[in-house]
Amino acid sequence: MTAMIEITNAEKSFTMHLQGGVKLPVVRGVSFDVSAGECVVLSGPSGAGKSSILKMIFGNYRCDGGCIGVRHGGAVIDLAKAEPREILSVRRSTIGYVSQFLRAVPRVPTIDVVAEPLVATGTPRNEARDQAGRLLHRLNIPERLWALPPSTFSGGEQQRVNIARGFISDHPILLLDEPTASLDAANREVVVGLIADKKRAGVAMVGIVHDDEVRRRIADRIVDVTSFAAAA
Amino acid sequence: MVETRSAAPNDELLSRPLLVAENLGKTYGRLVACRDISFALYPGEVLAVVGESGSGKSTLLQLLSAQMVPTSGRVSYRMRDGVLRDLASLGEAERRFLFRTDWGFVHQDPAQGLRMAVSAGANVGERLMAVGWNHYGRIRQTASSWLERVEIDTARIDDAPRTYSGGMRQRLQIARNLVTEPRLVFMDEPTGGLDVSVQARLLDLMRNLVSELGLAAIVVTHDLAVARLLSHRVMVMKGGQVIETGLTDQVLDDPHEPYTQLLVSSILPP
Repeated sequence: MTAMIEITNAEKSFTMHLQGGVKLPVVRGVSFDVSAGECVVLSGPSGAGKSSILKMIFGNYRCDGGCIGVRHGGAVIDLAKAEPREILSVRRSTIGYVSQFLRAVPRVPTIDVVAEPLVATGTPRNEARDQAGRLLHRLNIPERLWALPPSTFSGGEQQRVNIARGFISDHPILLLDEPTASLDAANREVVVGLIADKKRAGVAMVGIVHDDEVRRRIADRIVDVTSFAAAA
Repeated sequence: MVETRSAAPNDELLSRPLLVAENLGKTYGRLVACRDISFALYPGEVLAVVGESGSGKSTLLQLLSAQMVPTSGRVSYRMRDGVLRDLASLGEAERRFLFRTDWGFVHQDPAQGLRMAVSAGANVGERLMAVGWNHYGRIRQTASSWLERVEIDTARIDDAPRTYSGGMRQRLQIARNLVTEPRLVFMDEPTGGLDVSVQARLLDLMRNLVSELGLAAIVVTHDLAVARLLSHRVMVMKGGQVIETGLTDQVLDDPHEPYTQLLVSSILPP
C-alpha cells in the first residue's frame, strides 16, 4: 500500500486579533496516513476540528507546525511548508476537494462549471463536457439545466453540481466535506456509488460524513479527531 | 519521448519568474510610500495587491511598471529572449517595446487608457500599428474580433468610446491592451467605479481571458471579492509595506495579521 497522505504532528490555532488577541487552539498532534484506494473518515463532535484538518490538507489553512506530506507526481511534498505555486500545482493535478457549498462564478454554464477541472489539466473541452454530462445525468440534474449557471439552482441542485465538479477529475486524492449532507436517499446512493468507484480507481480519500449509514458504508477506517484536541 | 522533449523548454520557461522585485522602496521626501518589497511573479500567475487607500499599492504598481523610478531596490523583467533584465538598465526603445507589446496597463478610469475621441476600432488597431501592422483590412478584422471577445457589439466599431457606457469603455480598454498578446498586464482597480452587475460581467470576462491567454497579471484592488475571483496569490499592504502574503484563499480564509483580519471581517455579507 502506498501512503498518499502522511500527516505528522500537524498543529493549527487561530489568533483573533480583533478580539484582543485571543488564541483559539484548534488541533494539535494530528498524525495519520491514508493509502491509495482507502477512505478515512474523520469523526468527532462539531467543533472538534474535522473541517480544519481537511482545509490543512488542502493547503487552505496554514499549519503552525508539523508536516502534511502528500504524494504529488513522483515525490512527496510537505504542504505545511509549500510555496503558493506548489500548492496550486498540487490542487490542479493531485488533490480534489468536494465542499458542501458551491462558490458559483456568475454566468458560467453548469456543464462548464463541472468540466472545468478536466479542462484545466488539458482534456479537450468537448471530451470534458461529455464526461461532465454523464456525471450530471448520474446525479439527476436534468439536461435542460446544463446550459444555465448554477447560481439560480436550488440548494440541493447546487450541491450536486459541486459533487459532480469534485468527482470529475482523476486526482489521486479526494477530500470530502459532507458530500451527502442534505441529499435525498436516491442521490445519497449515487454519491456512495461514486465513492466506491474512486476506491476501485485507487483514490485516497479523507471525508467528513455525519450520516451513520453512509459512514459505515464508505469508511475503511475512522480517525477520531477528539484525540487531536488542542484545548487544555 | 517526443512529447517530453517538446514539453521541456516550455516547462523551463514557465518555471522561471517573469518579473522580480527586490527590496523595492520609494520615498517622497520623508514620506515612505513603499518599503522593502520583494517578490517574484511567474508566467500565468495573477497576483492581487490589496490594501486601503494610501497603503502604497498604486505607487507599487507604478514602480513595477517602470513608470516611476524606485528610491531603492530594483525590478527585473524577463524579456522575450529569456534574459532577466533590470528595468532601470533598459534603453528607451526597449522600454517602449514593453509598453507597446509585452505589457498591458488597465487603468481604473478608461479615459486614461483610451483615446476617447477616436473610434473603438482605432483604439484597438493603434496598438497593432505600433508594432508594425500596416494592412488595414487585417487590423480592422483583428480589432473587430477583439470587440467580440470583450462582448462589444461590432456594429459599434466606428463609434468613439465617449459614446460608450462605463462598462463598455472598460471592456474596450481591456481589448486594446490584450490585442498585442502581452505576457504581463498591470491593472489598477479595474472594476472601481462600475455598477455591481457590470463588475461581475467584467470580472468573469477578465478571469476567462487571463486563463485562456495564460497571462500574468498584477491587480491592485481594495475589493477582496475581486482578489478572490481573479488572483492566485495576494499581497496585503499597509503603510507602504507588505504585511502578509500567500495563496489567495489562505490569506482570505485564514488571515494571520491583525490588519488582514480587519479587512476580511469588514466585508458586508450580500
